[in-house]
Amino acid sequence: MLLGILVTAIYLLCTLLSPLTGSTEAAGAAVTEGARAAIPFVLEIAGALCLWSGVLELLERSGVSAGLARLLRRPLRRLFPRSSREEGLLSALTENLSANLLGLGNAATPAGIRAAKGMAALGGRGEDELCLLVVLNTASLQLLPAMIASVRAAAGAAAPFDILPAVWLSSACSVCCGLLAAALFRRLWR
Amino acid sequence: MALKSLGALAAPLLICCALLTARLHGVDVYDALLCGARRGLKTALEILPALLVLFPAIYLLRASGLPELLGQVLGPLLRTLGVPEETGLLMLLRPLSGSAALSAATEIIGRCGPDSLPGRTAAVMLGSSETTFYVVAVYFSAAGVKRSRWAIPAALCADLACFLSSAWVCRLLWG
Repeated sequence: MLLGILVTAIYLLCTLLSPLTGSTEAAGAAVTEGARAAIPFVLEIAGALCLWSGVLELLERSGVSAGLARLLRRPLRRLFPRSSREEGLLSALTENLSANLLGLGNAATPAGIRAAKGMAALGGRGEDELCLLVVLNTASLQLLPAMIASVRAAAGAAAPFDILPAVWLSSACSVCCGLLAAALFRRLWR
Repeated sequence: MALKSLGALAAPLLICCALLTARLHGVDVYDALLCGARRGLKTALEILPALLVLFPAIYLLRASGLPELLGQVLGPLLRTLGVPEETGLLMLLRPLSGSAALSAATEIIGRCGPDSLPGRTAAVMLGSSETTFYVVAVYFSAAGVKRSRWAIPAALCADLACFLSSAWVCRLLWG
């Protein structure tokens, strides 16, 4: 729905705008060029993506995500005081965040949805904590951004992963700001 | 800088750590790598239809002259904030659609080069943020909650912080 509107808006706006900016020729060629470019792009990133998915699979099987989940229990208890009184909810929460950290979207979303359902059922404080869970999930916490590293590798980067420290710093900043904003808005909302 | 050389060697170092950890836990290393490779191929195949729809739209957007117009309006503000102008469009698309943002970031990385400042900034922005509206929609609809209350404003604050800090960290390390 949202994407349909977005694509329609882009096509309408750009088609009408290009005569005004004198870029009709470029715009006319761009559509087919874009469709053509999508195929080699996916082929180019697929290799690196497979390598990094393999590394994540190794970490998963070695119990790294279970270890992360144990480490996350204490901070999550403080962030979600109401929900963490229920053992099932707390373990869904830790599973969600540790899978997110490892970039295992397939495992993170079902656990997150389990936690979200439980919180909605609590009402009151639970609904505030549901908002906080969503904010934490929208601020990406990924330790190994495999997709973007693959894109950089395909484009011929000297060291595709040299952006890693920057990604970590920026993610940490975004999570902290999300938590601060949540604490602020939660008070303002009443 | 130490951070820089750590980043340069990050890929082989990470693989070494993962292999050693797996070995210590008695994991079948080769089978795990194979399984991951299979999953990677599946992911690539899964994102392909969305990219086939969105790449033409992003290419058209790029060619239409709209980014230049946006640049004239937003450029001074972005320059004051220390954010590369090329990433303006990416920041607008990021919370709306993951595939559109991936297409836009790929376009920036291809045009400016993966090791240029705008290319790196685009990569860091993409790697450290999520598709906010999609996540909000998935979680609230799954939980059966109609009003998302303060979740969207707070999440957008986090996105803004992410974009600004991406730009500043990249400028500090590679500017």
